[in-house]
Amino acid sequence: MNTIETIKERYQQLQSNNGSSALTPIEQNAFNSFNTLGVPTVKHEEWKYTRISSVFNKEYAFNPENLSSNITQKDLDAIRFPGYEGANELVFVNGMYSSQLSIIRSENLTVISLEEATKNEYRELVLQHLGHSGKYIKDGLNALNTAFAAEGVFIHVKKGNIVEHPVYIYNIVDAKTNNILSQPRTLIYLAQNAQVIFAETYATIGKSESFINQVTEIVVEQDALLEYYRIQNDASHANQVNTTHIRQIGKSLVNTVTVSLDGGIVRNNLNIAMEAEHSESHFYGLYFLKGNTHVDNHTVVDNVKPHCESNELYKGVVDDSSTAVFNGKIFVQKDAQKTNAYQSNKNLLLSNDASVNTKPQLEIFADDVKCSHGCTVGQLDEEAFFYLRSRGVSEKAAKSLLIHAFAVDILEHIKPEKVRAYVDQLIAERLGVELD
Amino acid sequence: MLSIKNLQARIEEKQILKGINLDIKAGEVHAIMGPNGSGKSTLASVLAGRPEYEVTDGSVEFLGKDLLELSPEERAGEGIFLAFQYPVEIPGLTTTNFIKTAVNEVRKYRGQEPYDAVQFLKLMREKMAMVEINQSLLSRSLNEGFSGGEKKRNEIFQMAMLEPKLAILDETDSGLDIDAIRIVANGVNKLRSKDNAVLVVTHYQRLLDYIVPDFVHVLYNGRIVKSGTKELALELEERGYDFIKNEVGQEA
Amino acid sequence: MKPEEVYQPEIQEVDDSMSAIHDTVNSEYKYGFVSDLEADEAPKGLDESTVRFISAKKNEPGWMLEWRLKAFRQWQKMEEPHWANLHYPKINYQDIIYYSAPKQKVNPKSLDEIDPELRRTFEKLGISLDEQKRLSGVAVDAVIDSVSIATTFKEQLAEKGIIFCSISEAIQNHPDLVREYLSSVVPVTDNYFAALNSAVFSDGSFVYIPKGVRCPMELSTYFRINAENTGQFERTLIIADEGAYVSYLEGCTAPMRDENQLHAAVVELVALDNAEIKYSTVQNWYPGDKEGNGGIYNFVTKRGICRGYKSKISWTQVETGSAITWKYPSVILKGDHSIGEFYSVAVTNNYQQADTGTKMQHLGKNTRSRIVSKGISAGFSQNSYRGLVHVGKNANGARNFSQCDSLLLGDKCGAHTFPYIEVKNNTAVVEHEATTSKIGEDQIFYCNQRGIDTETAVALIINGFAKEVMNQLPMEFAVEAQKLLAISLEGSVG
Repeated sequence: MNTIETIKERYQQLQSNNGSSALTPIEQNAFNSFNTLGVPTVKHEEWKYTRISSVFNKEYAFNPENLSSNITQKDLDAIRFPGYEGANELVFVNGMYSSQLSIIRSENLTVISLEEATKNEYRELVLQHLGHSGKYIKDGLNALNTAFAAEGVFIHVKKGNIVEHPVYIYNIVDAKTNNILSQPRTLIYLAQNAQVIFAETYATIGKSESFINQVTEIVVEQDALLEYYRIQNDASHANQVNTTHIRQIGKSLVNTVTVSLDGGIVRNNLNIAMEAEHSESHFYGLYFLKGNTHVDNHTVVDNVKPHCESNELYKGVVDDSSTAVFNGKIFVQKDAQKTNAYQSNKNLLLSNDASVNTKPQLEIFADDVKCSHGCTVGQLDEEAFFYLRSRGVSEKAAKSLLIHAFAVDILEHIKPEKVRAYVDQLIAERLGVELD
Repeated sequence: MLSIKNLQARIEEKQILKGINLDIKAGEVHAIMGPNGSGKSTLASVLAGRPEYEVTDGSVEFLGKDLLELSPEERAGEGIFLAFQYPVEIPGLTTTNFIKTAVNEVRKYRGQEPYDAVQFLKLMREKMAMVEINQSLLSRSLNEGFSGGEKKRNEIFQMAMLEPKLAILDETDSGLDIDAIRIVANGVNKLRSKDNAVLVVTHYQRLLDYIVPDFVHVLYNGRIVKSGTKELALELEERGYDFIKNEVGQEA
Repeated sequence: MKPEEVYQPEIQEVDDSMSAIHDTVNSEYKYGFVSDLEADEAPKGLDESTVRFISAKKNEPGWMLEWRLKAFRQWQKMEEPHWANLHYPKINYQDIIYYSAPKQKVNPKSLDEIDPELRRTFEKLGISLDEQKRLSGVAVDAVIDSVSIATTFKEQLAEKGIIFCSISEAIQNHPDLVREYLSSVVPVTDNYFAALNSAVFSDGSFVYIPKGVRCPMELSTYFRINAENTGQFERTLIIADEGAYVSYLEGCTAPMRDENQLHAAVVELVALDNAEIKYSTVQNWYPGDKEGNGGIYNFVTKRGICRGYKSKISWTQVETGSAITWKYPSVILKGDHSIGEFYSVAVTNNYQQADTGTKMQHLGKNTRSRIVSKGISAGFSQNSYRGLVHVGKNANGARNFSQCDSLLLGDKCGAHTFPYIEVKNNTAVVEHEATTSKIGEDQIFYCNQRGIDTETAVALIINGFAKEVMNQLPMEFAVEAQKLLAISLEGSVG
């Protein structure tokens, strides 16, 4: 049975088992969209450089029930971020939240299923915000995830509270016997003046292929502060399409860093809708690619209201036969006067079998703005390279040092020290350099 | 020449000038001094008609005309020249082209024939020599990549070219070393005559060693709180602005 | 790209009654007169018989008719592209006259034989066809509606072996050159509008510069649409043989009409070893009135190939006209050490829409390209830069630098930048920078303070903004182009 049929069968099954809920209309709409839109091909402008349909053509199992029992503590330990002893840990297995493996240490943090959330005081919040990413991401994969939204999770951070423990999110795919399709779905709500730090990572266990189609929607209220760090260092047979959709509906501050080090085909959609005046967002990305890894970062900053400021910097080191795609859009809508938006994408292309496709894009409908973007594709600075070598540093070491230096100005935006050290270590290992 | 009565002005919601009275006659040099934030630069800007400032009360008469009714370019045509504290940069527009346009627009306003290329060049050479400015500077984009001293010298050169009746120097000395101050001041002095007047806005006394004022006014908290001759500037230099603050502090 | 696949902010309807910006009088389109010329026209509509009609009118050889018919059949299978950031009502291709020639004595032996009305038309446009009185030394080919009227300085050019004539003449007199190079850069089926042009083009210019010859004067073509409901489809082919150099200028105007008129041209440039072609355009087709009625739909395919070692092609364009502009003058950098350049100023005002840019295809080794694009949007207009820099796997040492700046005048217009950068070679260096801003109030005040009124100040600042591009224009055009910029934006700043 091919994957599309598997999906349809499971959808019908779930709908008939669960009966009608508040989320049913959302799911049905999305499922219809998926049927109409299908899996995007390279003819879709937003998928011009990423052939996701080839991955999707394989057969995947999509029946994640009861698989969490096969995941051992040892599997989990292998991907834990340092400092997990003092963290909230949310574990998803094959896309399903496992309360059994997860640990919630902070009282201000509520984690429940979306289905459950529609039955209590969060009902309005969920119905108002769930699926908003579909306004920006108009493709079948986003719809596919939403079609199964009721299985997702709702995370609520209480008003005026700082979540003192970071929230670590682990996505584990058990691909020991089958190719697995998994679809984590999360809606996160930061109430007024709340603060929280997230760090998320992925691991495919087993030799079969995995396809993670993830959607995370985050709503940030007045005076709230969100930090979101995502580390992608999965196996080369692990593919993922990841949508992170952040709405700043109150004046707030958002910092995100996306680090992509390994995997098969990885597509990240990051949307930031700046819907409140005087909001600020900073988002950074580092992709350091080898082998045949293909990483595609699509970002959208939508300036809806005036006086907002956004900074975007994505840097990439592209080696072997890997491919990097960057597409950054800045929209400044008519009312968003006094917007300051900066975007930069810098690439080191180190191998002649590798390629970089970059498309920074500005769409401006307001006049009193300062917007700029720049992008470069080039190599290591020969002058610096020579300088190091003239001081007796070997060619290989010089190259490593320069690449590390190139990456540092992204890494320094990972504020939690333990997470930063963890990422730095991964990069240092890749480069074979010693960190001081 | 210039008569300011009870001038009050604000920017956005902030009242900065709270009732300025000042008379300047042809041939005179006036200096406005005062601590930072007292409203010196605002006064200069309001006289030149900077649009961000809103005049809330008072009047300004210049050579018999209601200055506040005129647009900035009409004021320039009437003979007001403001040497900016921070001259703006306009990439791609050469200084020469800019000045030529300005000179001919002002001439047009005054009902004079525009200069042709030859006349303009001749005038430019003459004034260049007067204010010691280099040709290479003038063929570059307006103020782009100029040093602080070069920008200020360019302002004085424009002043020479436009032959104003009233020149307002807004902190022209700020950020300049003593040699640059001397060059700028020399330029100003050469342009002085019995028919024109100069209003020097400055924080420090040192510029006044070179451009000697007939009158010195101390601006504090949006009002002129003390007026005198050049000796007042020296006293300020010696005693600092605190003594003014103490003197008028209670009433301000 | 289908628009529904991509997120776009909703563009609100704008109430302009409050806007002082638009109260000021907009400049009149200076070239908007209609000449009272009798025309010899094809019936409205397009089918194979239209293509045969045009080919027969031009007395073309059989191979040319076959070439056109092939293009026409391909065109019928193609769909009009809609990926650009342009919105306009559907074009009815059957409602257009595809051939219209001013009636005049066939093949004037001398310029004296040209219809005096026609001659007056060109005088109004400021183009003298009279060689004796012409001082500036620009050779002109004048194309009105669909037909080349006169080419000046032919004899002087012929002495050097330079061929400068209408493409119809070239098909008759230089068939070998035409057959070798026509559609060698823009294939017949390259895109919808190129295929249409190939089927129905009625005239255009042809230039051949022989080996080692430096063309002693600027070559120029003036295009003029005159007749009603007429599409203009001209075809230009320029070949610079080894070591040759030519600078070519193109200008265009059209009458003011309420309905839209279609212009779909194809320009092909071929530069062989060490050859250089400089192609400049001042595009001033009628842009429509200030409510957005009428104006030319300008769908143009321009492409050059640097076929030879160290060859160079440089495009310069000043785009102020047309209701819709769809245009991407491109360079294929095939020869090693070849150079491609694109300098563009695009001004949109009122309801104009422009989607313009370039493609630089780096294939040879040590190829270089430079892109400088300056977009200026005013009124309710939308102005997009769309560009591609592609570095192929074997293009060692490729270098590209792109600078795309946008200036907004007023808050009802839009500026958009869509650069695509594809690099497959690890010795290439590609840099792209873009900015969007408005004219600073402080800049305007500074000019005001020096006695310069706001309108003049804006013109000065814009000329400064566009200078790097304007400097690329030949002297004869630079002054006119600068005035055109100012005129296009008159009344756009309150």
